[in-house]
Amino acid sequence: MSYLETAANPQALRRVAIDPVSRVEGHGKVTILLDDDNKVHQVRLHIVEFRGFEIFIEGRPYWEVPVAVQRLCGICPVSHHLAAVKAMDIIAGARALPPTAEKLRRLMHYGQTVQSHALHFFHLCSPDLLLGFDCDVTRRNVIGVAAEFPEIATRGVLMRKWGQEVIKATAGKKIHGTGAIPGGMNKRLTIEERDHLRKDADTMVGWAVDAINMVKKLHLTKPEFYNRFGEFEASMMGFVDARGAMDLYHGGLRAKDKDGNIIFDHVDYATYQQVLDEEVKSWSYMKFPYIRKLGPQKGWYRVGPLARVAACDFIPTPLAEAERKEMMAIEGGKVPHGTLLYHWARLIEVLFGAEMIRELLDDPDITGSDLMADLGPRQHEAVGVIEAPRGTLFHHYRVGDDDLVKYCNLIVSTTNNNQAMNEAVRKVATQFLDGKEVTEPLLNHIEVAIRAYDPCLSCATHALGKMPLEVDLVDAEGTLISQGRRNMDGLAETSCLTG
Amino acid sequence: MTDIANTLTIDGRTISFEPGQTIMQAALAAGVFMPHLCYNPEFKPHGSCKLCTVTVNGRPQSACTIAAMPGQEIQSDTPELNGRRRVLLQMLFVEGHHFCPGCEKSGNCQLQALGYEMEMLSPHFSHFFPDRGVDATHPDVMIDFGRCIMCELCVQASRDVDGKNVFALAGRGLASHVVVNSPSGKLGDSALEVTDKAVEVCPVGAILRKRVGFAVPIGERIYDHDPISVKALEPDEA
Ligand code: SF4
Ligand code: FES
Repeated sequence: MSYLETAANPQALRRVAIDPVSRVEGHGKVTILLDDDNKVHQVRLHIVEFRGFEIFIEGRPYWEVPVAVQRLCGICPVSHHLAAVKAMDIIAGARALPPTAEKLRRLMHYGQTVQSHALHFFHLCSPDLLLGFDCDVTRRNVIGVAAEFPEIATRGVLMRKWGQEVIKATAGKKIHGTGAIPGGMNKRLTIEERDHLRKDADTMVGWAVDAINMVKKLHLTKPEFYNRFGEFEASMMGFVDARGAMDLYHGGLRAKDKDGNIIFDHVDYATYQQVLDEEVKSWSYMKFPYIRKLGPQKGWYRVGPLARVAACDFIPTPLAEAERKEMMAIEGGKVPHGTLLYHWARLIEVLFGAEMIRELLDDPDITGSDLMADLGPRQHEAVGVIEAPRGTLFHHYRVGDDDLVKYCNLIVSTTNNNQAMNEAVRKVATQFLDGKEVTEPLLNHIEVAIRAYDPCLSCATHALGKMPLEVDLVDAEGTLISQGRRNMDGLAETSCLTG
Repeated sequence: MTDIANTLTIDGRTISFEPGQTIMQAALAAGVFMPHLCYNPEFKPHGSCKLCTVTVNGRPQSACTIAAMPGQEIQSDTPELNGRRRVLLQMLFVEGHHFCPGCEKSGNCQLQALGYEMEMLSPHFSHFFPDRGVDATHPDVMIDFGRCIMCELCVQASRDVDGKNVFALAGRGLASHVVVNSPSGKLGDSALEVTDKAVEVCPVGAILRKRVGFAVPIGERIYDHDPISVKALEPDEA
């Protein structure tokens, strides 16, 4: 168990809750237990909502899943769409996708990366970074940013819009489209659609570079602060292609330890269960995955922008690669672990996404009309994985002879980052809260750390009936009177501790 | 003998009809849309959904079953009648599983299209969440019973066109449901073939050809550009 995960004597402590955590997708809360001297004894990030998508999907026909499962989320539905369809390609028996179909899916995915990262950075996080963590809470939002830095806010909105236009052109709709179907794509890109997107591509690449420069300038003002805020050493995981390059659509799994040494590399994601396992804790709906080789105590890891930028050998587009090199050098060659560096890495990915979109739009294959793969024999089990904006996303299905889904397991990015986010809030609590009178600006430091991960809390809470649940009934003195518990099989038990 | 003109009025507009036509047939032929769900021009009308209810000389009637007669004064597109249609649609939506966001029939579904046409903004009533299951035992066709609106078109098509009687309605009232005529009661065991008319007629997403899914992109589905009140007047649409 990690430091500060569970206090020795919780009853005697004062409880402070941040509920809800704001400017994140979904509903989460943080509880902090403090003693009379404001010393921090326990910090936990709880995901309190409940979705149960795995159960909804079971019993449905496999071709419906890539569309239905997107409803997990309104921010990055494309990631679920594509992870599911990659699995269902295999189920349907699809052979290699025609180049046009594969490139259209990549285009959709990079559109998604740009729009989600832009939303996250500009709308949700720039208020903290540009206006200050302790700026008046009524101004600390995107409207406040628009008032003080109108150009930055406008660009944020337009970059997100461009990413959404890419999604619309490939999926039919900006949110919850249907473009990818088992074995290929249902929609080709017309020349007009291509030209419409291409005309803004150079501007978007330029704005992405400007945004990185802005963050670099900010970093230069207080490098120690930005490098150390919520800093903790962790392993990291992400996709790389056969050359070791960053690829957000397809690749092998790579994990590196805190010093950058390889733990595993080029792992076929269909065998993810051989390298990863999941642990359940009584106080959270969310599972805690870990690298098997290191065990549940030490095996947790980070995913998402910072992990991907640190895990790859290079980024295959020139401007983003130059930025990656610069960022990776800030700690004198050591792997950077600061929580706020997620933002910098995220903007490097925005640049990478914009460059990729431009490259794909210039590729003559993109307007081709060969959209479907040949089909071979139907398969019964498949895994689809993608690097969603927030990190590695796993979809695992078993499908019966009758074409209905029999088993569904989703490990979403936020779940992969579960322990890392908990570590981040514990670190920040130790750095900023310990021994001080708790104020709103100080609590916002905790939220800043959570937001840096860009967690999507609603899609992380889908495992209906699998999470053990514990309800404590406590009297006014804090003595535990009775405890209700549901174990992993969904069976309930209650124990009366007194009387 | 004096000739009585074969004309009637719908919402004040005079239209002519052919003797033997129903009010619905006369209206559609004259380019007047009347909402309908269980009526399909290729089949004998049986008046089960009541969505086509109009008033004929002041009395409520099903337009799909009542013969057109000279001099009838018909009200159809009125706030009151459309309000009742909306309630019928809301009841259909809550009584089954009509979750358009995840349904492959979305954009091609008459129930959904009528919901839009009648400006149904919410289901209003509490959902029943019935557990009617899915029968996917047939290699090429599946039926999602939760989406069936009991329009009986598959029953008619299988009996009258395919000559097979694969489907029938059973039960009464709220417990009515479609049953499959086969030794096990399962579709896989029945005489149904994917080319049967019965597979084609379902106005909602209950009977589905397998592995078609979302093959038609958004923008090319039946109701993507024109509402059902326009599409229903085109010769090849129901
Ligand atoms: S399955 Fe379709 S066609 Fe048959 S009764 Fe139900 S809704 Fe009508
Ligand atoms: S269309 Fe007339 S009752 Fe259904």
